[in-house]
Amino acid sequence: MEPNQSPEFVKHFSHPRNVGSLDRRSRRVGTATVTVADCGDVMRLQIEVDCQGRIARAMFKTFGCSAAIAAGSLTTEWLRGRSVDQAEGFSGDYITERLALTPEKQHSSRLAEDAVRAAIADWKRRRCRQGQPAS
Amino acid sequence: MTPKLPLYFDYNATTPVDERVLEAMLPFFGEDFGNPSSRSHAFGWKAEAAVEVARQQVAELIGATPQEITWTAGATESNNLAIKGACEMYRDKGRHIITCSTEHRAVLDPCAALAKAGWQVTHLPVDEAGRVDPAKVEAAITDQTVLISIMAANNETGTLHPLAEIGRIAKQAGVLLHTDATQAAGKIPLAVESLGVALLSLSAHKLYGPKGVGCLYVRRRSPRVRLAKQMHGGSHERGLRSGTLNVPGIVGLGAAAEIAGNELTDDAERLVALRDRLDEGVRSQLPEVQLNGHPTERLCNTANLSFAYVEGEALMMKLSSLAVSSGSACMSASREPSHVLKAMGVPDALANAAIRFSLGRPTTVEEIDFAIGAIVQAVRELRAISPLYELAREGIDPTRLQ
Repeated sequence: MEPNQSPEFVKHFSHPRNVGSLDRRSRRVGTATVTVADCGDVMRLQIEVDCQGRIARAMFKTFGCSAAIAAGSLTTEWLRGRSVDQAEGFSGDYITERLALTPEKQHSSRLAEDAVRAAIADWKRRRCRQGQPAS
Repeated sequence: MTPKLPLYFDYNATTPVDERVLEAMLPFFGEDFGNPSSRSHAFGWKAEAAVEVARQQVAELIGATPQEITWTAGATESNNLAIKGACEMYRDKGRHIITCSTEHRAVLDPCAALAKAGWQVTHLPVDEAGRVDPAKVEAAITDQTVLISIMAANNETGTLHPLAEIGRIAKQAGVLLHTDATQAAGKIPLAVESLGVALLSLSAHKLYGPKGVGCLYVRRRSPRVRLAKQMHGGSHERGLRSGTLNVPGIVGLGAAAEIAGNELTDDAERLVALRDRLDEGVRSQLPEVQLNGHPTERLCNTANLSFAYVEGEALMMKLSSLAVSSGSACMSASREPSHVLKAMGVPDALANAAIRFSLGRPTTVEEIDFAIGAIVQAVRELRAISPLYELAREGIDPTRLQ
Protein backbone atom coordinates (compact mmCIF):
# COMPACT_ATOMS: atom_id res chain seq x y z
CA MET A 1 0.00 0.00 0.00
CA GLU A 2 1.17 3.49 -0.70
CA PRO A 3 1.99 5.29 2.51
CA ASN A 4 -0.51 8.11 1.96
CA GLN A 5 -3.64 5.98 1.92
CA SER A 6 -6.23 6.36 4.64
CA PRO A 7 -7.15 3.33 6.77
CA GLU A 8 -10.68 3.57 5.36
CA PHE A 9 -9.31 3.33 1.83
CA VAL A 10 -7.19 0.31 2.66
CA LYS A 11 -10.12 -1.39 4.39
CA HIS A 12 -12.50 -1.00 1.46
CA PHE A 13 -9.94 -1.82 -1.22
CA SER A 14 -8.41 -4.82 0.52
CA HIS A 15 -11.70 -6.30 1.72
CA PRO A 16 -14.51 -4.79 -0.32
CA ARG A 17 -18.01 -5.14 1.16
CA ASN A 18 -21.15 -6.24 -0.68
CA VAL A 19 -19.48 -7.60 -3.79
CA GLY A 20 -21.83 -9.50 -6.05
CA SER A 21 -25.15 -9.39 -7.84
CA LEU A 22 -28.86 -9.13 -7.12
CA ASP A 23 -31.58 -10.55 -9.34
CA ARG A 24 -31.83 -7.91 -12.02
CA ARG A 25 -35.26 -9.18 -13.10
CA SER A 26 -36.78 -8.46 -9.69
CA ARG A 27 -39.03 -5.37 -9.61
CA ARG A 28 -37.54 -4.46 -6.26
CA VAL A 29 -34.08 -4.24 -7.77
CA GLY A 30 -32.57 -1.27 -9.58
CA THR A 31 -29.45 -1.92 -11.63
CA ALA A 32 -26.93 0.55 -13.00
CA THR A 33 -23.79 -0.02 -15.05
CA VAL A 34 -21.87 3.21 -15.44
CA THR A 35 -18.47 3.96 -16.91
CA VAL A 36 -15.93 6.74 -16.89
CA ALA A 37 -15.40 7.53 -20.54
CA ASP A 38 -11.80 8.70 -20.16
CA CYS A 39 -10.33 5.82 -18.23
CA GLY A 40 -12.72 2.96 -18.89
CA ASP A 41 -13.60 2.22 -15.25
CA VAL A 42 -16.88 0.34 -14.98
CA MET A 43 -19.11 0.12 -11.90
CA ARG A 44 -22.21 -1.98 -11.63
CA LEU A 45 -24.38 -1.06 -8.67
CA GLN A 46 -27.62 -2.74 -7.64
CA ILE A 47 -30.08 -1.76 -4.95
CA GLU A 48 -32.97 -3.76 -3.54
CA VAL A 49 -35.77 -1.58 -2.13
CA ASP A 50 -38.27 -2.91 0.40
CA CYS A 51 -41.99 -2.02 0.74
CA GLN A 52 -41.17 0.94 2.99
CA GLY A 53 -38.95 2.50 0.34
CA ARG A 54 -35.77 1.57 2.18
CA ILE A 55 -32.72 0.13 0.55
CA ALA A 56 -32.49 -3.33 2.07
CA ARG A 57 -29.46 -4.44 0.12
CA ALA A 58 -26.86 -2.91 -2.18
CA MET A 59 -24.31 -4.87 -4.17
CA PHE A 60 -21.57 -3.82 -6.55
CA LYS A 61 -18.86 -4.95 -8.90
CA THR A 62 -16.11 -2.71 -10.23
CA PHE A 63 -13.55 -2.91 -12.99
CA GLY A 64 -11.18 -0.10 -12.26
CA CYS A 65 -8.43 1.27 -10.14
CA SER A 66 -8.15 0.80 -6.39
CA ALA A 67 -10.10 3.99 -5.68
CA ALA A 68 -12.99 2.87 -7.88
CA ILE A 69 -13.14 -0.45 -6.02
CA ALA A 70 -13.01 1.20 -2.60
CA ALA A 71 -15.64 3.73 -3.73
CA GLY A 72 -18.00 0.94 -4.77
CA SER A 73 -17.63 -0.82 -1.45
CA LEU A 74 -18.09 2.31 0.65
CA THR A 75 -21.11 3.37 -1.41
CA THR A 76 -22.96 0.09 -0.86
CA GLU A 77 -22.28 0.36 2.85
CA TRP A 78 -23.69 3.89 2.92
CA LEU A 79 -26.80 2.93 0.91
CA ARG A 80 -27.83 0.04 3.11
CA GLY A 81 -30.75 0.99 5.36
CA ARG A 82 -31.29 4.43 3.83
CA SER A 83 -34.50 5.55 2.19
CA VAL A 84 -34.58 6.12 -1.57
CA ASP A 85 -35.18 9.82 -0.84
CA GLN A 86 -32.03 9.96 1.23
CA ALA A 87 -30.11 8.03 -1.39
CA GLU A 88 -31.11 10.55 -4.04
CA GLY A 89 -29.13 13.14 -2.14
CA PHE A 90 -25.97 11.00 -2.19
CA SER A 91 -22.90 13.00 -3.11
CA GLY A 92 -19.54 11.81 -4.36
CA ASP A 93 -17.97 14.27 -1.92
CA TYR A 94 -18.77 11.78 0.84
CA ILE A 95 -16.56 9.20 -0.92
CA THR A 96 -13.81 11.74 -1.54
CA GLU A 97 -13.75 12.70 2.13
CA ARG A 98 -14.08 9.26 3.68
CA LEU A 99 -11.45 7.70 1.41
CA ALA A 100 -9.26 10.83 1.43
CA LEU A 101 -9.00 10.72 -2.36
CA THR A 102 -6.51 12.98 -4.10
CA PRO A 103 -7.89 15.09 -6.98
CA GLU A 104 -6.67 12.64 -9.64
CA LYS A 105 -8.64 9.83 -7.99
CA GLN A 106 -11.87 11.76 -7.56
CA HIS A 107 -13.35 10.44 -10.79
CA SER A 108 -14.10 7.39 -8.66
CA SER A 109 -16.38 9.49 -6.44
CA ARG A 110 -18.25 10.76 -9.48
CA LEU A 111 -18.50 7.22 -10.78
CA ALA A 112 -20.16 6.16 -7.51
CA GLU A 113 -22.50 9.14 -7.55
CA ASP A 114 -23.53 8.42 -11.14
CA ALA A 115 -24.10 4.78 -10.24
CA VAL A 116 -26.37 5.62 -7.29
CA ARG A 117 -28.51 7.97 -9.39
CA ALA A 118 -28.73 5.53 -12.27
CA ALA A 119 -29.64 2.62 -9.99
CA ILE A 120 -32.44 4.65 -8.35
CA ALA A 121 -33.70 5.77 -11.76
CA ASP A 122 -33.74 2.16 -12.94
CA TRP A 123 -35.63 1.06 -9.84
CA LYS A 124 -38.21 3.84 -10.35
CA ARG A 125 -38.72 2.88 -13.98
CA ARG A 126 -39.28 -0.73 -13.10
CA ARG A 127 -41.58 0.10 -10.18
CA CYS A 128 -43.75 2.35 -12.37
CA ARG A 129 -44.08 -0.35 -14.94
CA GLN A 130 -45.43 -2.60 -12.23
CA GLY A 131 -48.63 -0.54 -11.98
CA GLN A 132 -49.23 -0.48 -15.71
CA PRO A 133 -51.55 -3.02 -17.31
CA ALA A 134 -49.82 -5.78 -19.17
CA SER A 135 -49.78 -5.10 -22.87
CA MET B 1 9.05 -19.60 5.22
CA THR B 2 7.87 -16.28 3.88
CA PRO B 3 10.69 -14.33 2.27
CA LYS B 4 11.38 -10.73 3.29
CA LEU B 5 8.78 -8.50 1.65
CA PRO B 6 8.39 -6.78 -0.68
CA LEU B 7 10.17 -9.04 -3.15
CA TYR B 8 12.08 -7.24 -5.87
CA PHE B 9 11.09 -8.13 -9.44
CA ASP B 10 12.14 -4.89 -11.11
CA TYR B 11 15.72 -5.58 -12.16
CA ASN B 12 15.11 -3.86 -15.52
CA ALA B 13 14.58 -0.65 -13.56
CA THR B 14 17.78 -1.01 -11.62
CA THR B 15 19.96 -3.62 -9.93
CA PRO B 16 21.74 -3.67 -6.58
CA VAL B 17 25.48 -3.14 -6.69
CA ASP B 18 27.24 -6.51 -6.61
CA GLU B 19 29.37 -6.87 -3.47
CA ARG B 20 32.45 -7.56 -5.57
CA VAL B 21 31.79 -4.37 -7.51
CA LEU B 22 31.39 -2.33 -4.35
CA GLU B 23 34.62 -3.72 -2.98
CA ALA B 24 36.46 -2.68 -6.14
CA MET B 25 35.01 0.83 -5.91
CA LEU B 26 35.62 1.61 -2.24
CA PRO B 27 39.33 2.55 -2.35
CA PHE B 28 38.55 5.23 -4.93
CA PHE B 29 36.31 7.07 -2.47
CA GLY B 30 39.10 6.99 0.11
CA GLU B 31 42.83 6.78 -0.16
CA ASP B 32 42.87 6.53 -3.97
CA PHE B 33 40.81 9.66 -4.49
CA GLY B 34 43.02 11.24 -7.15
CA ASN B 35 41.87 12.95 -10.33
CA PRO B 36 42.97 10.99 -13.41
CA SER B 37 43.65 14.29 -15.15
CA SER B 38 46.39 15.08 -12.62
CA ARG B 39 49.41 14.11 -14.66
CA SER B 40 51.99 15.41 -12.20
CA HIS B 41 51.66 13.07 -9.22
CA ALA B 42 51.00 9.55 -8.10
CA PHE B 43 47.42 10.23 -6.97
CA GLY B 44 46.48 11.07 -10.53
CA TRP B 45 48.46 8.21 -12.04
CA LYS B 46 46.77 5.65 -9.83
CA ALA B 47 43.31 6.93 -10.69
CA GLU B 48 44.15 7.02 -14.38
CA ALA B 49 45.45 3.47 -14.28
CA ALA B 50 42.21 2.29 -12.63
CA VAL B 51 40.11 4.08 -15.24
CA GLU B 52 42.10 2.40 -18.03
CA VAL B 53 41.65 -1.05 -16.47
CA ALA B 54 37.91 -0.39 -16.41
CA ARG B 55 38.00 0.71 -20.04
CA GLN B 56 39.59 -2.61 -20.93
CA GLN B 57 37.02 -4.54 -18.89
CA VAL B 58 34.05 -2.82 -20.55
CA ALA B 59 35.59 -3.11 -24.01
CA GLU B 60 35.94 -6.86 -23.52
CA LEU B 61 32.28 -7.27 -22.64
CA ILE B 62 31.22 -5.92 -26.04
CA GLY B 63 34.17 -6.97 -28.19
CA ALA B 64 35.58 -3.48 -28.62
CA THR B 65 38.99 -1.92 -28.07
CA PRO B 66 39.54 0.28 -24.98
CA GLN B 67 40.07 3.39 -27.13
CA GLU B 68 36.50 3.01 -28.37
CA ILE B 69 34.95 3.45 -24.89
CA THR B 70 33.91 6.92 -23.72
CA TRP B 71 32.69 7.36 -20.15
CA THR B 72 29.39 9.14 -19.53
CA ALA B 73 26.97 9.67 -16.67
CA GLY B 74 24.69 6.88 -17.90
CA ALA B 75 22.78 5.55 -20.87
CA THR B 76 20.66 8.67 -21.30
CA GLU B 77 23.79 10.76 -21.78
CA SER B 78 25.31 8.11 -24.04
CA ASN B 79 22.19 8.11 -26.22
CA ASN B 80 22.16 11.90 -26.40
CA LEU B 81 25.84 12.04 -27.29
CA ALA B 82 25.48 9.31 -29.93
CA ILE B 83 22.36 10.64 -31.61
CA LYS B 84 22.86 14.39 -31.40
CA GLY B 85 26.63 14.08 -31.75
CA ALA B 86 26.45 11.98 -34.92
CA CYS B 87 23.72 14.06 -36.48
CA GLU B 88 25.56 17.30 -35.83
CA MET B 89 28.82 15.88 -37.19
CA TYR B 90 27.34 14.41 -40.37
CA ARG B 91 24.56 16.90 -41.09
CA ASP B 92 26.06 17.76 -44.46
CA LYS B 93 25.09 14.28 -45.65
CA GLY B 94 21.40 14.85 -44.99
CA ARG B 95 18.87 15.39 -42.27
CA HIS B 96 17.23 12.01 -41.80
CA ILE B 97 17.33 9.53 -38.92
CA ILE B 98 15.57 6.20 -38.48
CA THR B 99 14.45 4.84 -35.15
CA CYS B 100 11.68 2.67 -33.86
CA SER B 101 8.40 3.33 -32.08
CA THR B 102 9.27 1.21 -29.03
CA GLU B 103 12.54 2.91 -28.13
CA HIS B 104 13.15 4.30 -24.65
CA ARG B 105 12.46 7.98 -24.06
CA ALA B 106 16.23 8.51 -23.86
CA VAL B 107 16.32 7.80 -27.62
CA LEU B 108 12.91 9.14 -28.64
CA ASP B 109 13.44 12.50 -26.96
CA PRO B 110 16.83 13.33 -28.56
CA CYS B 111 15.22 12.35 -31.88
CA ALA B 112 12.30 14.66 -31.10
CA ALA B 113 14.75 17.46 -30.35
CA LEU B 114 16.34 16.90 -33.76
CA ALA B 115 12.91 16.85 -35.40
CA LYS B 116 12.26 20.23 -33.83
CA ALA B 117 15.49 21.45 -35.39
CA GLY B 118 14.27 20.41 -38.83
CA TRP B 119 15.40 16.79 -39.07
CA GLN B 120 13.18 14.15 -40.54
CA VAL B 121 12.67 11.23 -38.14
CA THR B 122 11.26 7.89 -39.27
CA HIS B 123 9.70 5.84 -36.46
CA LEU B 124 9.57 2.29 -37.72
CA PRO B 125 6.64 0.14 -36.59
CA VAL B 126 7.12 -3.19 -34.80
CA ASP B 127 5.30 -6.49 -35.18
CA GLU B 128 3.07 -7.90 -32.46
CA ALA B 129 6.09 -9.39 -30.69
CA GLY B 130 7.73 -5.98 -30.68
CA ARG B 131 10.37 -6.59 -33.34
CA VAL B 132 11.43 -4.31 -36.15
CA ASP B 133 11.44 -5.90 -39.60
CA PRO B 134 14.95 -5.44 -41.13
CA ALA B 135 13.30 -5.10 -44.56
CA LYS B 136 11.48 -2.03 -43.27
CA VAL B 137 14.78 -0.57 -42.09
CA GLU B 138 16.23 -1.11 -45.55
CA ALA B 139 13.21 0.47 -47.20
CA ALA B 140 13.37 3.51 -44.95
CA ILE B 141 16.99 4.36 -45.76
CA THR B 142 17.48 7.26 -48.17
CA ASP B 143 20.61 9.04 -49.36
CA GLN B 144 19.83 11.59 -46.67
CA THR B 145 19.94 9.08 -43.80
CA VAL B 146 22.68 9.79 -41.26
CA LEU B 147 21.82 7.44 -38.43
CA ILE B 148 19.73 4.42 -37.48
CA SER B 149 19.05 3.99 -33.76
CA ILE B 150 17.50 0.66 -32.72
CA MET B 151 17.70 -0.72 -29.21
CA ALA B 152 19.21 -4.16 -28.62
CA ALA B 153 16.51 -5.29 -26.19
CA ASN B 154 13.33 -3.57 -25.11
CA ASN B 155 13.10 -2.54 -21.48
CA GLU B 156 9.38 -3.28 -21.06
CA THR B 157 9.02 -6.58 -22.90
CA GLY B 158 12.59 -7.83 -23.22
CA THR B 159 12.07 -8.39 -26.95
CA LEU B 160 15.35 -8.59 -28.90
CA HIS B 161 15.58 -6.86 -32.26
CA PRO B 162 17.33 -8.63 -35.17
CA LEU B 163 20.26 -6.30 -34.66
CA ALA B 164 22.88 -8.19 -36.67
CA GLU B 165 20.66 -8.15 -39.76
CA ILE B 166 19.97 -4.45 -39.30
CA GLY B 167 23.72 -3.93 -38.85
CA ARG B 168 24.43 -5.62 -42.19
CA ILE B 169 21.86 -3.44 -43.91
CA ALA B 170 23.25 -0.29 -42.32
CA LYS B 171 26.79 -1.19 -43.29
CA GLN B 172 25.82 -1.89 -46.90
CA ALA B 173 24.01 1.42 -47.11
CA GLY B 174 26.87 3.28 -45.41
CA VAL B 175 24.61 4.46 -42.59
CA LEU B 176 25.71 4.52 -38.95
CA LEU B 177 23.88 2.19 -36.58
CA HIS B 178 23.49 3.17 -32.94
CA THR B 179 22.07 0.74 -30.41
CA ASP B 180 20.87 1.42 -26.91
CA ALA B 181 22.09 -1.75 -25.23
CA THR B 182 21.15 -0.67 -21.70
CA GLN B 183 18.96 -3.72 -21.08
CA ALA B 184 20.92 -6.18 -23.22
CA ALA B 185 24.38 -5.58 -21.78
CA GLY B 186 25.29 -8.29 -19.34
CA LYS B 187 22.24 -10.39 -20.27
CA ILE B 188 23.06 -11.45 -23.83
CA PRO B 189 26.45 -11.66 -25.57
CA LEU B 190 27.14 -8.45 -27.47
CA ALA B 191 29.90 -8.19 -30.06
CA VAL B 192 30.04 -4.85 -31.80
CA GLU B 193 31.86 -6.37 -34.77
CA SER B 194 29.32 -9.06 -35.63
CA LEU B 195 26.41 -6.76 -34.82
CA GLY B 196 27.76 -4.11 -37.17
CA VAL B 197 27.07 -1.27 -34.77
CA ALA B 198 28.95 2.02 -34.90
CA LEU B 199 27.71 3.34 -31.57
CA LEU B 200 26.51 1.47 -28.48
CA SER B 201 25.19 2.84 -25.18
CA LEU B 202 25.21 1.05 -21.87
CA SER B 203 24.68 1.84 -18.22
CA ALA B 204 26.32 0.45 -15.08
CA HIS B 205 23.30 0.26 -12.80
CA LYS B 206 21.48 -2.26 -14.98
CA LEU B 207 24.31 -4.75 -14.63
CA TYR B 208 24.95 -4.66 -10.88
CA GLY B 209 27.12 -1.57 -11.05
CA PRO B 210 26.49 1.85 -9.52
CA LYS B 211 24.04 4.50 -10.72
CA GLY B 212 25.30 7.61 -12.47
CA VAL B 213 27.84 6.03 -14.79
CA GLY B 214 27.68 4.56 -18.25
CA CYS B 215 29.60 4.58 -21.47
CA LEU B 216 29.35 5.00 -25.19
CA TYR B 217 31.16 2.77 -27.64
CA VAL B 218 32.33 4.82 -30.62
CA ARG B 219 33.74 2.79 -33.52
CA ARG B 220 37.27 3.78 -34.53
CA ARG B 221 37.83 1.78 -37.70
CA SER B 222 35.89 0.88 -40.85
CA PRO B 223 34.41 3.37 -40.51
CA ARG B 224 35.94 5.71 -37.95
CA VAL B 225 32.98 7.46 -36.35
CA ARG B 226 33.29 11.05 -35.27
CA LEU B 227 30.87 12.83 -32.97
CA ALA B 228 30.27 16.47 -32.20
CA LYS B 229 30.81 16.93 -28.46
CA GLN B 230 27.74 17.77 -26.43
CA MET B 231 29.59 18.72 -23.25
CA HIS B 232 32.15 21.49 -23.52
CA GLY B 233 34.89 21.96 -20.97
CA GLY B 234 38.28 20.59 -20.02
CA SER B 235 38.60 18.18 -22.96
CA HIS B 236 38.42 14.96 -20.98
CA GLU B 237 37.85 11.73 -22.91
CA ARG B 238 39.84 12.98 -25.91
CA GLY B 239 37.65 16.06 -26.03
CA LEU B 240 34.47 14.08 -26.60
CA ARG B 241 33.05 14.38 -23.12
CA SER B 242 34.38 17.00 -20.74
CA GLY B 243 34.01 16.68 -17.01
CA THR B 244 36.17 15.14 -14.28
CA LEU B 245 35.84 11.39 -14.46
CA ASN B 246 33.66 9.61 -11.90
CA VAL B 247 36.49 7.29 -10.91
CA PRO B 248 34.69 5.11 -8.33
CA GLY B 249 31.73 4.77 -10.70
CA ILE B 250 33.94 3.92 -13.66
CA VAL B 251 35.85 1.34 -11.63
CA GLY B 252 32.48 -0.10 -10.62
CA LEU B 253 31.26 -0.27 -14.20
CA GLY B 254 34.48 -2.00 -15.20
CA ALA B 255 34.19 -4.59 -12.42
CA ALA B 256 30.50 -5.12 -13.16
CA ALA B 257 31.25 -5.63 -16.86
CA GLU B 258 33.94 -8.19 -16.12
CA ILE B 259 31.66 -10.15 -13.77
CA ALA B 260 28.81 -9.97 -16.29
CA GLY B 261 31.07 -11.30 -19.02
CA ASN B 262 32.24 -14.20 -16.87
CA GLU B 263 28.85 -15.16 -15.46
CA LEU B 264 26.55 -14.27 -18.33
CA THR B 265 25.99 -17.80 -19.60
CA ASP B 266 25.27 -19.30 -16.17
CA ASP B 267 23.05 -16.38 -15.17
CA ALA B 268 21.07 -16.55 -18.40
CA GLU B 269 20.38 -20.27 -18.10
CA ARG B 270 19.22 -19.93 -14.52
CA LEU B 271 17.10 -16.84 -15.22
CA VAL B 272 15.36 -18.34 -18.25
CA ALA B 273 14.33 -21.30 -16.09
CA LEU B 274 13.01 -19.01 -13.34
CA ARG B 275 11.29 -16.70 -15.82
CA ASP B 276 9.52 -19.60 -17.50
CA ARG B 277 8.58 -21.10 -14.14
CA LEU B 278 6.87 -17.80 -13.29
CA ASP B 279 5.17 -17.51 -16.66
CA GLU B 280 3.97 -21.12 -16.73
CA GLY B 281 3.06 -21.13 -13.04
CA VAL B 282 0.80 -18.14 -13.50
CA ARG B 283 -0.70 -19.18 -16.81
CA SER B 284 -1.44 -22.75 -15.73
CA GLN B 285 -3.61 -21.39 -12.91
CA LEU B 286 -5.18 -18.35 -14.55
CA PRO B 287 -7.04 -18.18 -17.87
CA GLU B 288 -6.70 -15.21 -20.22
CA VAL B 289 -3.18 -14.12 -19.38
CA GLN B 290 -1.20 -12.78 -22.33
CA LEU B 291 2.56 -12.63 -22.70
CA ASN B 292 3.64 -9.33 -24.24
CA GLY B 293 6.85 -9.73 -26.17
CA HIS B 294 8.55 -12.34 -28.28
CA PRO B 295 8.11 -15.91 -26.96
CA THR B 296 11.75 -16.84 -27.56
CA GLU B 297 13.71 -13.85 -28.88
CA ARG B 298 13.54 -12.19 -25.51
CA LEU B 299 15.79 -11.27 -22.58
CA CYS B 300 16.37 -14.15 -20.18
CA ASN B 301 14.97 -12.20 -17.23
CA THR B 302 11.85 -10.44 -18.51
CA ALA B 303 8.19 -11.50 -18.59
CA ASN B 304 5.57 -8.88 -19.34
CA LEU B 305 2.11 -10.28 -18.66
CA SER B 306 -1.36 -8.81 -19.24
CA PHE B 307 -4.29 -9.99 -17.14
CA ALA B 308 -7.62 -9.57 -18.91
CA TYR B 309 -10.61 -8.08 -17.05
CA VAL B 310 -8.59 -6.48 -14.27
CA GLU B 311 -7.21 -2.99 -14.07
CA GLY B 312 -3.49 -2.37 -13.81
CA GLU B 313 -3.33 0.03 -10.89
CA ALA B 314 -5.64 -2.09 -8.75
CA LEU B 315 -3.54 -5.14 -9.60
CA MET B 316 -0.33 -3.34 -8.65
CA MET B 317 -1.91 -2.38 -5.34
CA LYS B 318 -3.01 -5.95 -4.68
CA LEU B 319 0.52 -7.04 -5.50
CA SER B 320 2.04 -4.78 -2.88
CA SER B 321 4.21 -7.69 -1.71
CA LEU B 322 5.98 -7.60 -5.08
CA ALA B 323 8.05 -4.71 -6.43
CA VAL B 324 7.05 -4.75 -10.10
CA SER B 325 6.28 -2.13 -12.69
CA SER B 326 3.16 -1.61 -14.72
CA GLY B 327 2.33 -0.73 -18.29
CA SER B 328 0.59 2.46 -17.30
CA ALA B 329 -0.35 4.62 -14.39
CA CYS B 330 -3.83 5.71 -13.43
CA MET B 331 -2.58 9.12 -12.42
CA SER B 332 -5.52 11.07 -13.72
CA ALA B 333 -8.91 10.50 -15.21
CA SER B 334 -7.26 9.35 -18.42
CA ARG B 335 -4.83 6.46 -18.54
CA GLU B 336 -1.83 6.50 -20.82
CA PRO B 337 -1.03 2.96 -21.83
CA SER B 338 2.60 2.13 -22.51
CA HIS B 339 3.78 3.39 -25.90
CA VAL B 340 5.65 0.12 -26.34
CA LEU B 341 2.60 -2.12 -25.88
CA LYS B 342 0.52 0.27 -27.97
CA ALA B 343 3.03 0.04 -30.82
CA MET B 344 2.79 -3.77 -30.61
CA GLY B 345 -0.96 -3.52 -31.13
CA VAL B 346 -1.89 -4.59 -27.60
CA PRO B 347 -5.44 -3.30 -26.96
CA ASP B 348 -5.62 -0.52 -24.36
CA ALA B 349 -7.53 -2.66 -21.87
CA LEU B 350 -4.77 -5.28 -21.90
CA ALA B 351 -1.97 -2.73 -22.01
CA ASN B 352 -3.41 -1.14 -18.88
CA ALA B 353 -3.40 -4.51 -17.15
CA ALA B 354 0.21 -5.31 -18.04
CA ILE B 355 2.82 -6.01 -15.40
CA ARG B 356 6.52 -6.35 -16.08
CA PHE B 357 8.34 -8.92 -14.02
CA SER B 358 12.10 -8.59 -14.40
CA LEU B 359 14.33 -11.04 -12.58
CA GLY B 360 17.92 -10.69 -11.53
CA ARG B 361 21.00 -12.41 -10.20
CA PRO B 362 19.65 -12.54 -6.61
CA THR B 363 16.23 -13.97 -7.61
CA THR B 364 15.52 -17.39 -6.06
CA VAL B 365 13.10 -20.16 -6.88
CA GLU B 366 11.36 -19.54 -3.53
CA GLU B 367 10.76 -15.93 -4.56
CA ILE B 368 9.31 -17.07 -7.87
CA ASP B 369 6.95 -19.50 -6.17
CA PHE B 370 5.83 -16.83 -3.70
CA ALA B 371 5.22 -14.45 -6.62
CA ILE B 372 3.14 -17.02 -8.51
CA GLY B 373 0.92 -17.47 -5.45
CA ALA B 374 0.55 -13.73 -4.91
CA ILE B 375 -0.28 -13.05 -8.58
CA VAL B 376 -2.84 -15.84 -8.84
CA GLN B 377 -4.58 -14.73 -5.66
CA ALA B 378 -4.61 -11.03 -6.62
CA VAL B 379 -5.99 -11.65 -10.10
CA ARG B 380 -8.65 -14.05 -8.80
CA GLU B 381 -9.78 -11.51 -6.21
CA LEU B 382 -10.00 -8.71 -8.75
CA ARG B 383 -11.77 -10.86 -11.31
CA ALA B 384 -14.28 -11.88 -8.64
CA ILE B 385 -15.31 -8.24 -8.32
CA SER B 386 -14.93 -7.36 -12.02
CA PRO B 387 -18.23 -6.92 -13.86
CA LEU B 388 -16.30 -7.37 -17.10
CA TYR B 389 -15.11 -10.83 -16.10
CA GLU B 390 -18.68 -11.78 -15.21
CA LEU B 391 -19.92 -10.56 -18.60
CA ALA B 392 -17.15 -12.40 -20.39
CA ARG B 393 -18.05 -15.63 -18.64
CA GLU B 394 -21.64 -15.12 -19.73
CA GLY B 395 -20.35 -14.88 -23.29
CA ILE B 396 -20.76 -11.12 -23.70
CA ASP B 397 -17.80 -9.25 -25.15
CA PRO B 398 -17.11 -6.55 -22.55
CA THR B 399 -15.07 -4.46 -24.95
CA ARG B 400 -18.33 -3.71 -26.76
CA LEU B 401 -19.82 -2.43 -23.53
CA GLN B 402 -17.05 0.12 -23.25
